[in-house]
Amino acid sequence: MSAAKAPSLTKTHAAPGEPLVWLTAMGLALGLLMVAGLLGVIVANGVPVFWPAPLVEVTLKPGVQNPVPGGGETFVGRLVQQRVKRTPVLDAAGRPQADQSELQYFIGNKDGYGSNFVFINRADIAKTRTPKDILVIERMEYGPAFGFPQRLATSDGKTLSASDPAFPGALRALVAEGNARRRALETIEKRDIGRINAEMNELKIRGRDSSAPTKAMTALEARYETLASEARALRLLQTAATLTYQLPNGAVKELPIGNILGYYQPNQIGIFRKLGLFLHNIWNFLSQDPREANTEGGVFPAIFGTFVMTMLMSLAVVPFGVIAAIYLREYARQGFFVRAVRIAINNLAGVPSIVFGVFGLGFFVYFLGGSIDKTFFGDYLPTPTFGTGGILWAALTLALMTVPVVIVATEEAIAAVPRGMKEGSLACGASKWQTIQRIILPASLPGILTGLVLAMARGAGEVAPLMLVGVVKLAPSLPIDGEFPFLHPERKFMHLGFHIYDLGFQSPDSEAAKPMVFATTLLLILLVVALNLFAIVIRERLRKKYATGAF
Amino acid sequence: MTHATENSSRPGDDRRADYIRIQDFSFYYGSKQALFDVTMDIPERQVTAFIGPSGCGKSTLLRNLNRMNDLIDGVRHEGDVLVNGESIYDPHIEVISLRKRIGMVFQKSNPFPKSIYENVVYPLRVAGQNTRSVLDETVERSLRGAALWDEAKDRLHESALSLSGGQMQRLCIARAIANRPEILLMDEPCSALDPIATVKVEELIHDLKREFTIVIVTHNMQQATRCSDRTALFYLGKLIEYADTQKIFSNPAQKQTEDYITGRFG
Repeated sequence: MSAAKAPSLTKTHAAPGEPLVWLTAMGLALGLLMVAGLLGVIVANGVPVFWPAPLVEVTLKPGVQNPVPGGGETFVGRLVQQRVKRTPVLDAAGRPQADQSELQYFIGNKDGYGSNFVFINRADIAKTRTPKDILVIERMEYGPAFGFPQRLATSDGKTLSASDPAFPGALRALVAEGNARRRALETIEKRDIGRINAEMNELKIRGRDSSAPTKAMTALEARYETLASEARALRLLQTAATLTYQLPNGAVKELPIGNILGYYQPNQIGIFRKLGLFLHNIWNFLSQDPREANTEGGVFPAIFGTFVMTMLMSLAVVPFGVIAAIYLREYARQGFFVRAVRIAINNLAGVPSIVFGVFGLGFFVYFLGGSIDKTFFGDYLPTPTFGTGGILWAALTLALMTVPVVIVATEEAIAAVPRGMKEGSLACGASKWQTIQRIILPASLPGILTGLVLAMARGAGEVAPLMLVGVVKLAPSLPIDGEFPFLHPERKFMHLGFHIYDLGFQSPDSEAAKPMVFATTLLLILLVVALNLFAIVIRERLRKKYATGAF
Repeated sequence: MTHATENSSRPGDDRRADYIRIQDFSFYYGSKQALFDVTMDIPERQVTAFIGPSGCGKSTLLRNLNRMNDLIDGVRHEGDVLVNGESIYDPHIEVISLRKRIGMVFQKSNPFPKSIYENVVYPLRVAGQNTRSVLDETVERSLRGAALWDEAKDRLHESALSLSGGQMQRLCIARAIANRPEILLMDEPCSALDPIATVKVEELIHDLKREFTIVIVTHNMQQATRCSDRTALFYLGKLIEYADTQKIFSNPAQKQTEDYITGRFG
């Protein structure tokens, strides 16, 4: 190449550094892929829980043992999954069979069969068909029942055969009645009787010394009696009418109407009805209380508990974090000590969360809660009020855990406020505090909210410390309700994260709970995303408002 | 102490020639000395320009007049600065009230992310003035004073960040004069502006000196000749020459001054 020749503009080989661009892009792609895969698994496993899948009648090849007792050669179930067997099946000649896959069916009728799931080798299935008139009955106990309706016995002693044209209408009306009665019962037992119990407790504690029953007590007892007899009457009505149905294996069962939550014929209904049922199931999952050791029913108390705890945590963490950051950045003399404090704060963010749980238990629950009990709730002792785990202590423990995130984010936001703006304010005769309050804080609000988003994301998903400071498997009442003083910071609460752990590892039938685990996980992720989106929307608004375009 | 001044361009008026009196003033950033024994008197209601090459200490001196340099860690000073006979370093003087008497306009315009209206009334708000009529009156007076009223009167409640660069700088001037300070410090107010905006600001300076004592730092020697009455040349932290602008530019006493204004160094 002569010196006179101009350098060629065509690319002959990669510009320096180009391969590194590819490397970074690959890193990002890998990360995104892993996140997408995780979300995919959760969605794919969580969403089908709510879909009213068809029921199939499986006919087994002769000689194959039927896992369902008394079913002959057939059983009815809903296909759950298909997988390759872990240990190969050998044929008569001792060679592995050609078809090594096995199918898992959910067969329901736990009261009749004993277990909910069966595994069948695909090679053992002769044929499958979808029986038209099979009914899925969602009920209070034992999970769903699959069966063929036979007759309806109403409370006035009449019976109605399933072939009667009036049967579907009568069943629908009875189930609706039963559901209405159940709601009424719940109101009486949970709210009214609960209130009376609370009042009685109050009376007992106040009149601990006098043994004679007071007038107020007798009045309360009378009210309790009326309500209890009302509830008894309703209960009796719930079992007055019964539905008789035949299980696919021939056994005949009788079910009180009051136990039926809903029913549908999965092999007859059209796509829109299915879609309706799908949405209905999702709504029930979101809005109902859990049943049967949390494996059935909804997760509403857990959603609510997670939400309230995260909100309480945010309320606690933002003021503390912001105040600390303001002091560190604006007032403290920058030197060795402040540097040490900063390092300590950053390290605090890396302390395992269970350590915070232990600290919360020792400091908040036993020390603070115990002192509060001794001072204000002495009458109730030895029953602890604040001296045991509760939503307030859980929120404060998590606030303590996430406060470093808020401090760091706020400090950075404050540092990013242009120096010129600060000087401009001071030159106008503003004091330091006025400058912080009127100029620096508004301008750094978006950054503070970023810290809050990070704190919420970490706090809402945390389980380990909560187990020590107030989360429970099943909370009798919500932390916020219609009862004075409406917010009950001392109450124990349910949490989606703990619910996942409880379903997956503590439930009696983990196979049955597995889809629920995924559904709950999906919900937890959605809740965290929703909370974050909320904060991000606010932040964008503020950014527009306080955009410092001049710099 | 009102008397005819010995170095005012227009003798016989009632303006103090030593309105700001800088006495043997030295200033240190940590161990680095930025100003060496500066002594000078700045006259009342005139424009005094500080010129000199970068790093000569002119901005440092300007920022000391309202004690803006106090914000920097590890600074110290020797000597004294008196404004209207009072030391600004007097322990009885509160720096906040000092800054209320001395407005400042910065090199980069620094409007707050608030409305135009709130920007102008900010000095009043922090002083506790919230009476609507007073604020309205101040906005109009200050914006008129900063020659921005006609452009901004219909959009007072829009964000100040929607203004152009020149308008923003004039807004900052309006903010600096809103609380009627006695002195206006300007730290290269036109360095980020285009020629048209610069002319407007210079005309403004000319109008403002009827009311305020103005100290302006500039890199632009034409600007110093156009709008200042007195000029001080700094070099390496020392005051080289300080005289009437006309004299400095036509007949400098020091060789260094001549070299600088003719462009031989700096």
